[in-house]
Amino acid sequence: MEDRIILEYPISPDDFTRAGEASSDVKKKLKQMGIPPEIIRKVAIAMYEGEINMVIHAQGGKITVEILADAVTMILQDRGPGIPDVELAMQAGYSTAPEEIRNLGFGAGMGLPNMKKYSDEMDIQTTLGVGTTITMVVRL
Amino acid sequence: MDKFYHSVRLDADLCKGCINCIKRCPTEAIRVRHGKAQINSKFCIDCGECIRICPHHAKHATYDTLDVLKEFEYTVALPPPSLYGQFNHLEDVNIILNGLLRMGFDDVFEVGAAAELVSEATRQYIRDHREQRPIISTACPTVVRLIRVRFPNLIPHLLPLNPPIEVAAHLALEQATIKTGLPREKIGIIFISPCPSKVTYVQSPLGVAKSEVNRVLAIKDVYTQLLPHMKAVRENPLELGKAGKIGISWGRSGGEASGLFTESYLAADGIENVIRVLEDLEDEKFTNLKFVELNACNGGCVGGVLTVENPYVAEVKLKYLHKYMPVAKSHMVDEAEKYVPWTEAVQFEPVFHLGETMRESFTRLNQVEQLCKRFPGLDCGSCGAPTCKALAEDIARGAATEKDCIYCLRQDIGKLSSEVSALADIISEKQVQRRDAVNILREYVTKIADEMLLLDNQGAWNGKSEEAMEEGKDSENDA
Repeated sequence: MEDRIILEYPISPDDFTRAGEASSDVKKKLKQMGIPPEIIRKVAIAMYEGEINMVIHAQGGKITVEILADAVTMILQDRGPGIPDVELAMQAGYSTAPEEIRNLGFGAGMGLPNMKKYSDEMDIQTTLGVGTTITMVVRL
Repeated sequence: MDKFYHSVRLDADLCKGCINCIKRCPTEAIRVRHGKAQINSKFCIDCGECIRICPHHAKHATYDTLDVLKEFEYTVALPPPSLYGQFNHLEDVNIILNGLLRMGFDDVFEVGAAAELVSEATRQYIRDHREQRPIISTACPTVVRLIRVRFPNLIPHLLPLNPPIEVAAHLALEQATIKTGLPREKIGIIFISPCPSKVTYVQSPLGVAKSEVNRVLAIKDVYTQLLPHMKAVRENPLELGKAGKIGISWGRSGGEASGLFTESYLAADGIENVIRVLEDLEDEKFTNLKFVELNACNGGCVGGVLTVENPYVAEVKLKYLHKYMPVAKSHMVDEAEKYVPWTEAVQFEPVFHLGETMRESFTRLNQVEQLCKRFPGLDCGSCGAPTCKALAEDIARGAATEKDCIYCLRQDIGKLSSEVSALADIISEKQVQRRDAVNILREYVTKIADEMLLLDNQGAWNGKSEEAMEEGKDSENDA
């Protein structure tokens, strides 16, 4: 068997009770594999932020995680509204989350900045009205 | 010293091989093999949940009997605040303390008094170590053991101070030595425990090389013995109490945190809640939190499995008891300060790794994923593992086989049966030699019979052979 593991997670829209399930499953698996704790921390935080974003902004979608011996790659795909101004969205504290989401303690405008901070590489492909695909890589 | 020492044990004679404990265990440490539960000592954190749930009382905690009073020339009882919550209509802690003396102890040292010193040291520690926030309480040994095996990223957040039981033991020993002049081995420091977790702590502590507690009794044993003595001293008990509101509050969830004089703390109790909080802490979901108090038992130490009273009732009793008490009665002195900090660091124990190397883990995780797709996902427990996923992990580790799953086995039998019927068709069309046909048929029948036997054995292992038991032991060692 090759040294490659692919994990796929469908993300349900508008369900905060389930948000975080995918990242916590990935975390558990990385722990079982003996990946260094510091790497696991980065993957878990980056992926959780992405997962929450997909629930808040994009009516869910799909996360694919590829684990290789030297890197963990997360691909987050949604068919949401797209990000009009990526640069602005990347600014810490900038948020378009609606009031009711903020009342739940989410939408502090730290999602994308944290995803960038905790991943070694991040790429955002977004088209308005079509969706967004974010690829994050954490190297071991 | 065994770093995986456990006080939670199984009585195999009482175990019926049901699946209650495997389902309840928070670290999936228990498997039913050959009709009996087995506890994986590396996964177990001595929380005592299996003791609580077992309908056959096959799980128990090891602790000492009251005979220990005869073992030492001079004995000091260490009563914890959780003990105070066990009694009805108790208005004065001194009744318990005097009762313990009347029961046969030579002296008492309240764990709650030491707790007030630990609270003071914790306040100082939180002030001095901003970078380490949120700081996680280390008073519950089960929580520390859980973090040690499952949350390596949180180890740097552990409060490196001894729990009140240890500080109390040191101070009690010091006092006893001065008072009696006896050598160490003649003095018995005896803790009255609400839980097996503290028994484990005394045998195999974390944070110090060796605990100064000599013996551990269970609250439930002491309770009945103590009652008549409490009645006898009820009228005019001597003033012995040295714990105030803070010290006594340590017996319930939120009590330790309330002694820190800050609002930015979180207190969680119950092992499942504790795990959720630790997961969230690991993902840095909390900001501006100074302190996290975690208790494995519902309600805190009053919820320990060796207590008598309902934890929530006990909590009310504690509150009632300390209502008119001063905030703290014990204060840090220079002589005590040296007993508070940890002298040994806690190390990560990666017991949940699937393989020895990352390469092996890769292969095994892939295998787990494949197996999970094959299993029915009912988590029925018939295989002896708590979930289909846990069985898949056991198989990947070489500690079980696919045939342990009764659904897979049933599928196999179904497949074999249809193959036999296909074979019969071929024979009837006379496409094979008669002798060959009979041999093949015989082979199939044997296979089906073997699988049927396995299926029967999964259901009821009561007719198991000694040989099978031995095999089970071997595979446990391998794992």
